[in-house]
Amino acid sequence: MHNLSLKQLAEGLRSGKFSSRELTQHYLKRIEAFDPQLNSYITVTADQALAAADAADARLARGEGGPLTGIPLGQKDIFCTSGVRTSCASRMLDKFISPYDATIVKKLQAEAGMPMLGKLNMDEFAMGSSNETSWYGPVKNPWDVTRVPGGSSGGSVAAVAAGLAPVATATDTGGSIRQPAALTNLTGIKPTYGRVSRFGMIAFASSLDQAGVVARSAEDAAQVLQAMSGFDPLDSTSLDRPVDDLIAPLGRSIQGLRVGLPKEYFADGLDAGVRACIDGAIAELKKLGASFTEVSLPNSPLSVPTYYVVAPAEASSNLARFDGVRYGHRAEGVTALEDLYSRSRAEGFGPEVQRRIMIGTYVLSHGYYDAYYLQAQKVRRLIYDDFRRVFEQVDVILGPTATDVAFKLGSKTDDPVSMYLNDIYTIAANLAGIPAMSLPCGFKDGLPVGLQLMGNFFDEAKLLNVAHQYQQVTGWHQQSPKGFE
Amino acid sequence: MSYDNWEVVIGLEVHCQLQTKTKIFSGAATAYGAAPNTQADPVTLGFPGVLPVLNHDALQMAVKFGLAVDATVAERSVFARKHYFYPDLPKGYQISQYELPIVAGGHLDIELADGSIKRIGITRAHMEEDAGKSVHDAYAGQSGIDLNRAGTPLLEIVSEPDIRSSAEAVSYLKKLHQLVVYLGICDGNMQEGSFRCDCNVSVRPRGQKEFGTRTETKNVNSFRYVEKAIEYEIGRQIDVIEAGGKIVQETRLFNPDTGETRSMRSKENANDYRYFPDPDLLPVVVSAADVARIRGSMPELPEAKRNRFVEQYSLPKYDATVLTGEAALADYYEAVVKTSGGDAKTCANWVITDLLGALNKLGKEIGESPVSAPMLAGLVARIADKTISGKIAKDVFEAMLAGEGDADSIIKAKGLVQITDESAIIKAIEDVMAKNPGQLAEYRSGKDKLFGFFVGQAMKATQGKANPDALNRLLKEKLAP
Repeated sequence: MHNLSLKQLAEGLRSGKFSSRELTQHYLKRIEAFDPQLNSYITVTADQALAAADAADARLARGEGGPLTGIPLGQKDIFCTSGVRTSCASRMLDKFISPYDATIVKKLQAEAGMPMLGKLNMDEFAMGSSNETSWYGPVKNPWDVTRVPGGSSGGSVAAVAAGLAPVATATDTGGSIRQPAALTNLTGIKPTYGRVSRFGMIAFASSLDQAGVVARSAEDAAQVLQAMSGFDPLDSTSLDRPVDDLIAPLGRSIQGLRVGLPKEYFADGLDAGVRACIDGAIAELKKLGASFTEVSLPNSPLSVPTYYVVAPAEASSNLARFDGVRYGHRAEGVTALEDLYSRSRAEGFGPEVQRRIMIGTYVLSHGYYDAYYLQAQKVRRLIYDDFRRVFEQVDVILGPTATDVAFKLGSKTDDPVSMYLNDIYTIAANLAGIPAMSLPCGFKDGLPVGLQLMGNFFDEAKLLNVAHQYQQVTGWHQQSPKGFE
Repeated sequence: MSYDNWEVVIGLEVHCQLQTKTKIFSGAATAYGAAPNTQADPVTLGFPGVLPVLNHDALQMAVKFGLAVDATVAERSVFARKHYFYPDLPKGYQISQYELPIVAGGHLDIELADGSIKRIGITRAHMEEDAGKSVHDAYAGQSGIDLNRAGTPLLEIVSEPDIRSSAEAVSYLKKLHQLVVYLGICDGNMQEGSFRCDCNVSVRPRGQKEFGTRTETKNVNSFRYVEKAIEYEIGRQIDVIEAGGKIVQETRLFNPDTGETRSMRSKENANDYRYFPDPDLLPVVVSAADVARIRGSMPELPEAKRNRFVEQYSLPKYDATVLTGEAALADYYEAVVKTSGGDAKTCANWVITDLLGALNKLGKEIGESPVSAPMLAGLVARIADKTISGKIAKDVFEAMLAGEGDADSIIKAKGLVQITDESAIIKAIEDVMAKNPGQLAEYRSGKDKLFGFFVGQAMKATQGKANPDALNRLLKEKLAP
């Protein structure tokens, strides 16, 4: 069952081949069997999942429900789920139970009828590119358990890649959906900023954070993204415009598609093996009628430094609420207020989170604000302008998602800058707010390579269409890691 | 001590709670006095993942204020985060406005003691959320936090340093208070903290151009305290400087029990608030059409109303000023005039002297008056149609205050209808003349002053019900030798 597409699962449920309870039980058993190797789940919610499955079965029996009703999913542990621990993979929230549901939790679970299998591991507060900063320990890559799955959505991708969830939610602030998807042979999409509500998604960097999905195909991703998207009056930055149909256009021909290849994305630093896989994908897409031109995003080399000013600045502010007063970790035996703050926060936050809070606090400080934060916002505008210019010539931009395949656990933990450079190809889309996705395009030394597609604002349907057409003529996305059958 | 050589420079920052039903960024209620933390939803509490959504009523109120003080309403204003740690500040930052406030560059005219008008500049007014309250006396050795107030919308109104004395400061504050209450954007309750003031005070030698170093005295919550706090600060600063010392730029607190201010924190220990635009909120856009619509919904403002009262009702400026002091009082007065059909000045006298006097004694607001506008109008109408005299009317008014009903029923019940039947009045006059032959003789021999005596006696004989005009006329005729 765990090799079926969401569409096939829906057919199985509707035809009575299996019930949602059976399907959910199947995944719960697989989690029990395989997750000890991977550590992809922080919390498994078996009882709630089965109760939700029964409710879904009842809906289906009445002939109600939609295409996702009864299909279980995993939720990244950054989304607030009432009654269930929402930890953000931090000691700070180890005992935190949210009193409310995130909007996407309502949409996917209550409305679409997807039972939640559990809460997925991630980098602490989504800060990291290897899932090694989690308070609950690192997640392993199912393709090679000595390697990282990427981050921050490492639990989401490991679970879906290993068949421990049919599909999972994820979030992307600088590449946290796309880079892990690339490293685990999945299809992951980060929609346009504002397309999916941020209400109930624990904020890392508010102007960059965007929720999306990791799945085994573009078609699966499209179905879940369709159900997650839409205006939310509880999120002032959510887009008040109708959601496009993401499903119907999947089958369209991409004959005549104009694709831009940014020269900056194919320069030094890109691994030759990865490059070969990307070239292979370009050849396939040419056969499907796409035409390619070289384009330039001249300010893209500035995206990493810009990001590491903007994101920590917003994070230092967003994480100020974790003070030990109302919820979350509270240091014991404090006698003074200062002590309550400094000790609760020192104990509750891991080193990477503390590093970013300090960077962010610094760049917002009096006397430094103009030189760092304000300057970064100006550069951000230039990066956005690059994209706007390029999208006057081409429909989509294509390039690698990551410079290389998954690296060894522990190999970059002592070198933050080299870790940060993991996101060199993905960060620009967050800074500009445009949609972008990663999809499998081959293997190097047995490890998956990801292809990145970036689109203009609101062009999720176009990106998914290109990815789906590509997946109709290639079999990369159908490869599964050994040992999890 | 003499301040003669010193000039005082004052600027005021007023925090005015906007009277919206719900908080500025969430749907939680804002009512005062609820049980602690019962008006704190996840947004108010700053729970992980929550987001602010601007309450448009708060925005409208801010715009109204901007229009009322003739300021520029920003087409685009921006919310910013102001960071500091304190237990009653749930998110570790306050959402406020910093570089681009909603209102900039207005003014308010105040009247000085000598009757001249002084214009006080309003630098800016911006929207922000209130913090919660720390409760230090509820638990021994521990502090409690009540977040009901957190997220209540505030309009912070910052004046230019145009104020030169504590009296001017109070005059400005009263004018501002009257305005925000008139606009219906603030309940003006100073005890509950709906309208509170930070006083920036400095002194400089007369003639010096540069400002002296200022101190800021926080959260003073009555007009009297503002006056006291400023006076104390002026005296203290002059003493320090004259003794060869220097004023330290600092935040101070006023103690109402001692009438003194004391240092809270100096500039060196001041927070670096690390302001930056709040990425959770879009810039606030107010179009020209929005402004026009809000302008159309503005109530008549105090000055315009006062001028109209002088014009329309031919009232003295003093009467008009008193009657327009509060919108509710002005409305009351206009209802009395309209309903009674009586003379506008008579109505003004009744409202100012009798009604306000009585309310003052009872300690009640105009809205709580036991005598409603229609009731007072009913009374004035009976004077106008000569059913009762002005003197009897005073008794009827007392009876209305005591809750004995409306004017007509009291007049009827007590048989107070005025005697206009001249034969009855003549009979009373003749009785008085017969009983007082000595006074009659004196009067007729030229002692005109005794006329008042006869009026009094005749009135008494009619239990005060004689029509005064008729009585006067007939008495003159009868007393004539």
